[in-house]
Amino acid sequence: MRRITDAGELAPHYDLVVVGAGPAGLSAATEAAAAGASVLVADENLAPGGQIYRAVTRNTPEKQDFLGQDYWKGRAIAEAFSALAIDYAAATTVWNLDAAAGGEECASTGLTLGGVARMISARAVILATGAMERPMSVPGWTLPGVMSAGAAQIALKSVSGIPSGRIVLAGCGPLLYLLADQLLRAGAEIAALLDTADRKQRMAALRHLPDFLLSPYLAKGLSLLFSVRRQIKVISGVTQLAITGAGHAQSVRFQVGRRETTIAADCVLLHQGIIPGINLTSAAGCAIEWNDAQRAFQPRTDKHGRTSLSGLFSAGDGAGIGGAEHAAVSGRIAAVAALKDFGLLPPSEASSRLTELEKQRQVYRRGRAFLDALYRPARQFLAPSDPDTMVCRCEEVHAGTLRQVIALGVPGPNQLKTFLRCGMGPCQGRMCASTVTEIMAAERGISPAEIGTYRLRAPVKPLRLAELAALPQTPAAVFAVTGRALEHDSIEKKERTNDDTSHSDPHHAPRR
Amino acid sequence: MLLRIREPVEAVTFSFDGRSVTAARGDTLAAALLAAGVETFRDSVVGGEPRAPYCLMGVCFECLVTIDGVQNRQSCLVEVREGVVVYSQHGARLLTEGGQR
Repeated sequence: MRRITDAGELAPHYDLVVVGAGPAGLSAATEAAAAGASVLVADENLAPGGQIYRAVTRNTPEKQDFLGQDYWKGRAIAEAFSALAIDYAAATTVWNLDAAAGGEECASTGLTLGGVARMISARAVILATGAMERPMSVPGWTLPGVMSAGAAQIALKSVSGIPSGRIVLAGCGPLLYLLADQLLRAGAEIAALLDTADRKQRMAALRHLPDFLLSPYLAKGLSLLFSVRRQIKVISGVTQLAITGAGHAQSVRFQVGRRETTIAADCVLLHQGIIPGINLTSAAGCAIEWNDAQRAFQPRTDKHGRTSLSGLFSAGDGAGIGGAEHAAVSGRIAAVAALKDFGLLPPSEASSRLTELEKQRQVYRRGRAFLDALYRPARQFLAPSDPDTMVCRCEEVHAGTLRQVIALGVPGPNQLKTFLRCGMGPCQGRMCASTVTEIMAAERGISPAEIGTYRLRAPVKPLRLAELAALPQTPAAVFAVTGRALEHDSIEKKERTNDDTSHSDPHHAPRR
Repeated sequence: MLLRIREPVEAVTFSFDGRSVTAARGDTLAAALLAAGVETFRDSVVGGEPRAPYCLMGVCFECLVTIDGVQNRQSCLVEVREGVVVYSQHGARLLTEGGQR
């Protein structure tokens, strides 16, 4: 691995660009580099590992003994990645992705490193953007002292930090119990775990039980549940959750049946499962589809991760939730498929490798359907009924206002933006998209699949105008804006840029 | 607020709203601020409400701060560095140098 700390060290072209350095991205890059491809991995974080294996190269099993066995599986993945000749750009933001179009052969990735933007071309791009936590809009969730469970886990992994004071965990899903276990090992003070899981889902999950019984999740899950329940107060069947406090979380109010309870808390950690992070994939123009079992939108892919756009692949949890080990294998599958598509791997060799990898993947798929059904969030937490619940945190739009405007007959989430600026703040809808779709679906009594989600556009992450302006310009782009051809450059530079014209973005073609 | 349960290996010092903060090399700025006892990172743009990091993974944009004069930086994605000057943000940004009112 060659660590790139300056945009000037980036090559203008790679065989493969991988976005994300979690298990899927690292494994994809490793597979491709081992087969001889030139690879760039661009990742937002400071070190390889993604969220699940965050800081795995910095931590040690001796010092960070509270993280549990599964975490250290990331070590081998990061080491295999480090051993190969792969360009690795950490702390790098990818803000644009254009698939090859108009007779071009390469996709173009817009990224920023150290305050300098670059456009990188590649035969294929693997989007390994991972998952995000499904936002859990409840009254008071914007108060300081309220974080997602994933955030607490990141603090634990990245700085060995635990929330100070009394912690309340609330929501549903396996991660909530895993976090409780890790926090307990680290010596945190957990006041209670409020489980909001919908008990009716147990029946729905039952038909997937045989498959789950054969899965590696069974033993792990059971021991975790018992361990946590033995050590802290777990309250099931929680509804009407609300966090209150003056300028900071101070207490949590909830109901079990008809009984209302309030408990004191200094820190509240919310979680209701994870969903694919699709902003870049969707902005690139990849077709998106609704996964009803996982209750989330995901890119439409074939079994090898090919999206609807040629040369663009999606792997790992960003393509549909499957967990870390599934993600690693799916990254390898996408890499082999990409190399096969542009002729870097002979078809016979690629096919036998794909067969082998698909077999591995099957093992990690086992049990997922059971977990999806069992931990499907309760309706009231998908589409909050309390009108004062803030849904869009950036533009501060509440559930009640959303419902009123939806009742006016607004056709979809995109038109809500015009009315309310909902989803138009800095997070670009990441924190409200899922809730807006759910509320709209609930109000109309139709499936979220029919409602759809926000149309996303580049730049998908903030980019300074100065960076955009400093990008190397094609003569066609300059002509389009100024109406004049480049004149002052040296002949040599002209020749080079003229050559660039043939590969220029059709959107930048001269218009008169 | 975060409590560090392992001693930081190598100390780094920077400033936040004019006061000196000590962190560990390799920390993200957001985690370093939380571990230094900072509760509120900014006041929200519309309602002026206190906000702090929600996701710590680049998704929620609640951790926006001004770093060395550049506004709206996601502090959860930036590595803490010796001597950086960090300010919290209050309300909407202005198009002035550093965005300070």
